Amino acid sequence: MENRQQVIGKLRQDLLHWEGYKPPVSGRYEQLGLGALEHVFPNGVFPKNCIHELVCASIEQAAASGGFVSAVLSLLIQTGGVCVWIGRARRLYAPALAAFGVAPHQVIFITLHKDKDALWVMEEALKCTGLTAVVCELREMDFKQSRRFQLAVESSRVTGFVLRNATDKLSSTACAARWQIKSLPSTELDGLPGLGFLRWQVDLLKVRNGHTGSWQLEWQDGCFVPVKELIINEERQVG
Amino acid sequence: MQKRFMAIWFGHLLTDGLARRRPELKDVPFVLVAPVKNKIIITAASAAAEKEGAFTGMAVADARSAVPDLLAIDAVSGQAANLLRLIGLGCIRYTPIVSLNLPDGLMLDISGCAHLWGGEREYLKEIVLKLRAAGFDARAAIADTVGAAWAVARYAARRPIIGSGEQASAIAGLPPAALRLPPEILEKLQKLGFRNIGPLLDIAPQSLRRRFGTNLLLRIDQALGRVDEYPEALVPPVPYTERLPSLEPIRTVPGIEIAIEKLLEMLCLRLQSDGLGIRKAILKCHRIDGRKVQVGITTTKGSHSVSHLLRLFRLQIDKIEPALGIELFIMEATRTEEMDVVQEQLWAEAKGLGDTSLAELLDRIAGKVGANVIQRFLPAESHWPERSIKLAVSLDEQPQTAWSALPRPIRLLNQPETIEVMALVPDHPPKLFVHKGKRHTIAKADGPERIGREWWQDSGQHRDYYIVEDSEGCRYWVFRSGHYDGGDAQWYLHGYFA
Repeated sequence: MENRQQVIGKLRQDLLHWEGYKPPVSGRYEQLGLGALEHVFPNGVFPKNCIHELVCASIEQAAASGGFVSAVLSLLIQTGGVCVWIGRARRLYAPALAAFGVAPHQVIFITLHKDKDALWVMEEALKCTGLTAVVCELREMDFKQSRRFQLAVESSRVTGFVLRNATDKLSSTACAARWQIKSLPSTELDGLPGLGFLRWQVDLLKVRNGHTGSWQLEWQDGCFVPVKELIINEERQVG
Repeated sequence: MQKRFMAIWFGHLLTDGLARRRPELKDVPFVLVAPVKNKIIITAASAAAEKEGAFTGMAVADARSAVPDLLAIDAVSGQAANLLRLIGLGCIRYTPIVSLNLPDGLMLDISGCAHLWGGEREYLKEIVLKLRAAGFDARAAIADTVGAAWAVARYAARRPIIGSGEQASAIAGLPPAALRLPPEILEKLQKLGFRNIGPLLDIAPQSLRRRFGTNLLLRIDQALGRVDEYPEALVPPVPYTERLPSLEPIRTVPGIEIAIEKLLEMLCLRLQSDGLGIRKAILKCHRIDGRKVQVGITTTKGSHSVSHLLRLFRLQIDKIEPALGIELFIMEATRTEEMDVVQEQLWAEAKGLGDTSLAELLDRIAGKVGANVIQRFLPAESHWPERSIKLAVSLDEQPQTAWSALPRPIRLLNQPETIEVMALVPDHPPKLFVHKGKRHTIAKADGPERIGREWWQDSGQHRDYYIVEDSEGCRYWVFRSGHYDGGDAQWYLHGYFA
């Protein structure tokens, strides 16, 4: 029985290897710092040379997804790394990125109104080896487009994030992971009134070669901290 | 290299130009007239009018006695220069250096150009036939010097091509007027019986100078090539220019691509050896129907990479309308930039704003969608949210001040949207707000952060910003414009926090 488990494990590793997931090099720390969340991915490492898809059902969720992506970017971007952010209208407010540890002047914003242009720019940007990450806001993305993105990143080793509108029936895509980020009520710090740390409900809806899951994370001073205690959603009077 | 010049002379420039625009005048004797001292004088006569006896310089009344049905049209001043300019621009396909020779000619510097048309005879024939087909009475001559070409084009009946170094024998038989001299000297020469230039060449320069001044000597020296003469180019030549004439007119996209690639290879080789890179380049395509189409590219960083520049031009190819075909491609690097010689890196790990592939990506995006969609922000010294960022001018520009550490929403609305608010106590955060018909009950709030207007920028109400979190956990940035008790206080939603 033990032997059989080992064989299956070995075959799984081989499959992953063929699909482009390299096992972590010994002596090198590849984890991004997402904590428990990271273990669901193949080899226990956040896949960097892939496309991640974030579905947003409302403008509040789009903001939460933007925040989550910025936080991940700060972990991805080493000093001096550059990111391209493709948006529909200029709605992302650059100074907010500083709070997530991303230097806003290291981000190049590209404002496009047509999805057609955005798809072209996204694909070109993903092919560019001089970038660390590319974020794109899209209305729709079908399987063919996601496949093209995936092919583009495989050679350039750029991380791609697609923020897309959630529709009733989400078509399947070639992305490595599909996320949904929702804001959660924060808890007060040391009993002081006001807002606490940013807190999100992070749902991993789909993962290639991994396990889906659901977590509650807080962004505290430059790192993700999982939330353990129960949230008491009590009605509190302000003012 | 031996210089070669071609002079083109138009016998009836103005009248031919007018007949071209108004075909009904083609075989009618007509003249262009202008008033001079109470008399109407002919300034230009058409070929048909000259045949019947109406010449330039006559009064119209006198000419009418010879040609009763003479048509007189008012002359437009400056017309000759305009016409010559247009014809000259058309001639740029034959040589880059074309200059105007007012009032009735063009001078082309054809050094090193004629062999592309199979020799000087074919070159001259091509140009003259093309001009005659367009309706101009044109004659041309080729010689080593501007003076000799000018003289032969206007005064010699035969042999328009003067071999290298044969200027003296070519102009010896021509009248002194062929030396481009002012009328008073011509008159003096006429009086002394000089019918040809030949005898003048045999006289010692000192005696000529004593009698006629230095002007005559200068003109003779210029015609014979002892003194250099540099005509002023109509279009100043760009230092980094490459030309590619095509044997057959090119109409297809692959053909144009090959032409662009060849031109870029030639141009980039030169630029590379000079340590320069292209910032702006223009591709000019001369079509066989006489029209010109051009497309341009710009780069964010100087580049002499053929593959990159070719990719930029490839995005522009569909803007080139080849019509019947393109016979000449000209690539000009109108703006260049000194480039640091970059050492090839073995460990190309340093990704950053100075990365070449990033600059190339931005060039491609600018070429496809437009440069205005690419933005990079730097902090500005202002707390007012809309004014706290400014656009960076270049990729290298670094922030002058630090980014603000205050909490700011990740999404900011371009225009704050009005909300309905209920607050329990004045000057406190609201208890609930209604935005677009949706009720948000507020559970937690931070604030207020008062941001005043900068009085030197504009006047108006200050804003009191609150960060509020509703019962579902969504975080918003709302503000009250003005004081609570002012009566005109209005609440707005300005952004969304993550």
